[in-house]
Amino acid sequence: MVTTEKGKQPCDKVIDYSSVAVYCSGITKTYGSGHEVVHALNGISLEIYPGELMMLVGPSGCGKTTLISIMAGILDQDDGECLVFGHNYRQMREVEKTRYRGDTIGFVFQAYNLIPTLTAAENVAVPLLIRGMKRKEAIEKARETLNNVGLADRAKALPADLSGGQQQRVAIARSLVHDPKLIVCDEPTSALDHETGYKVMELLGFVAVCSGRSLVIVTHDARIFSFADRIARMDDGKIIGVANSPDKLTKK
Amino acid sequence: MNFVAIKMLVGDRAKYLGILIGLTFSSFLITEQMAIFTGLMTRTFGFITDTSIADVWVMDPKVQFVDDIKPMQDTQLYRIRGVDGVEWAVPLYKGLLKAKLESGTFQTVNMIGLDDATLIGGPSKMIQGKLEDLRQSEGVIVDIVGATGKLAKPPLSPGGERIPINIGDTLEINDHRATVVGTCVVTRTFQSQPVVYTTYSRATIFAPRERKLLSFILVKAKQNEDIHALTRRIRKVTGLAAYSRDEFKQLTVNYFMKYTGIPVNFGIAVLLGFVVGIAIAGQTFYNFTLDNLRHFGTLKAMGTTNAKLLGMIILQAMIVGGIGYGIGVGAATLFGYMVKGTELAFRLPWQILAITGLAMAFICILSAVISIRKVMKLEPAIVFKT
Ligand SMILES: Nc1ncnc2c1ncn2[C@@H]1O[C@H](COP(=O)(O)OP(=O)(O)O)[C@@H](O)[C@H]1O
Ligand SMILES: [Mg+2]
Repeated sequence: MVTTEKGKQPCDKVIDYSSVAVYCSGITKTYGSGHEVVHALNGISLEIYPGELMMLVGPSGCGKTTLISIMAGILDQDDGECLVFGHNYRQMREVEKTRYRGDTIGFVFQAYNLIPTLTAAENVAVPLLIRGMKRKEAIEKARETLNNVGLADRAKALPADLSGGQQQRVAIARSLVHDPKLIVCDEPTSALDHETGYKVMELLGFVAVCSGRSLVIVTHDARIFSFADRIARMDDGKIIGVANSPDKLTKK
Repeated sequence: MNFVAIKMLVGDRAKYLGILIGLTFSSFLITEQMAIFTGLMTRTFGFITDTSIADVWVMDPKVQFVDDIKPMQDTQLYRIRGVDGVEWAVPLYKGLLKAKLESGTFQTVNMIGLDDATLIGGPSKMIQGKLEDLRQSEGVIVDIVGATGKLAKPPLSPGGERIPINIGDTLEINDHRATVVGTCVVTRTFQSQPVVYTTYSRATIFAPRERKLLSFILVKAKQNEDIHALTRRIRKVTGLAAYSRDEFKQLTVNYFMKYTGIPVNFGIAVLLGFVVGIAIAGQTFYNFTLDNLRHFGTLKAMGTTNAKLLGMIILQAMIVGGIGYGIGVGAATLFGYMVKGTELAFRLPWQILAITGLAMAFICILSAVISIRKVMKLEPAIVFKT
């Protein structure tokens, strides 16, 4: 087994290169039809390993969001294969796919997407409630997770009473609370100022990557590239390069 | 997830109140319109209600409703008394007569003439005097609304209050003197004229001379006698029309339904209440779901199945529907209580509550279904859109 040690994490950071978390091969996706057709993805092949933090970078409109939507099982590709931990979304019925998402995927959104009428703890508890956990137990677990992201004292606050950075930390807690194996983040820091964004990224880097969990983060933010194990650069619906560090990537 | 559904619903006070007000308003509107309609329809047969002692009403076969007087010959009374199963049968005069008031003005009154011997069919509630006082010469009993209203005497000084006619006051009916011996309460009817009770024989004196004067024959069935068998027998033996009390009420309502614009107009008002109700309630609830579409999308992305989302929306619809129904019906009841004793007809039997309940359920299900369609078709991929 080939592993990479990074050492800073609160848990053992181990990338397992012997298996594949996300396997994409020849994925294409077009939106619309006729005159309006948009070729969002033009044959994407990419592998993400368990325990790995993969960043997707590229100009706006190059297909990053489309790609992680397919990886997360909320969008169907036109062609090609996408397997997540060996499971093929295409072979699942809609309900199965929905349940699989609930069990396996954590989501972090640029706009946080917290439910405004739920408190921080209740928002974090939602993935557990979806999986049928009792409310009391779920809130308890949510509070622990909020503690891990440094927001134990804001458990009862409504999203509107939290700063952007705090809201994103609540969202990160929500993406972690049910211990998913894959977390997808779409520009998690781009609504935040650089300092807050950096802290949020630190949190994702430290807390999220544990016990074989993989992260895919779409970002524009060059300052957080250093958190990535690998960076894939996209343009025009294609991957134009994958590198272990931002330096190599820019050299390419 | 029920907890999340409830919190989504009630968490935003302003929106929640908006939906509740919409549903409450429509529930109130539907209940109130139907209650007024029912009240009006009940008024059409108010006189039959007041004369509840009779099991069977016998009349000319051409009579279409209770105020439609087609007199019979007095001799018919004896034929009815001879029919099997009749305990007793008494005559009743009902007709519109012109009364001259002490002030010299004329007022049409609804004259009711009761069987001289028994006074059967008289008002059930007297305010002043006794029913038996009708036996005094020239005696009449007037209903209290008429006594204080259309029959009242002019004020002593101009601009003052009109003086109700009272015991001892006189009227002149077709040149015959009548003396008030009592006042009574009658159920309001569609006829706005004052009701004046007297004996049958005196009524026939008051009435213009005609060959036939007998308006109705009131019949009491023998104990254990089947009313419908009796009406059939009366019809067969005499060729007259005979209806049970409820049949006669129905006949009257049907006539008003068919031949007057009132039910149509009110039917339209009820329908309008319904449509406005659906529009307001459906719209507010639908908007609520639309406003929350992004959150439903997030829940869907995070693993909530369509079936669960469906349950959540139905729960939300049931909560606002239930509360809106309760408050609306409560408000309508309160409204009915407040207009009690006024000109406004208002009757709220349990059937109306049930119909409103069904209507509200229908509205909620409809708006939930429309909302659900939106959520079912929702692409979870919208969650990444900003
Ligand atoms: N639902 C959609 N309908 C039509 N076109 C879309 C849709 N979503 C994305 N696109 C188009 O597909 C391309 C890729 O979009 P996206 O994956 O969002 O790019 P990125 O996230 O890299 O900015 C863009 O040209 C975008 O306009
Ligand atoms: Mg994007």
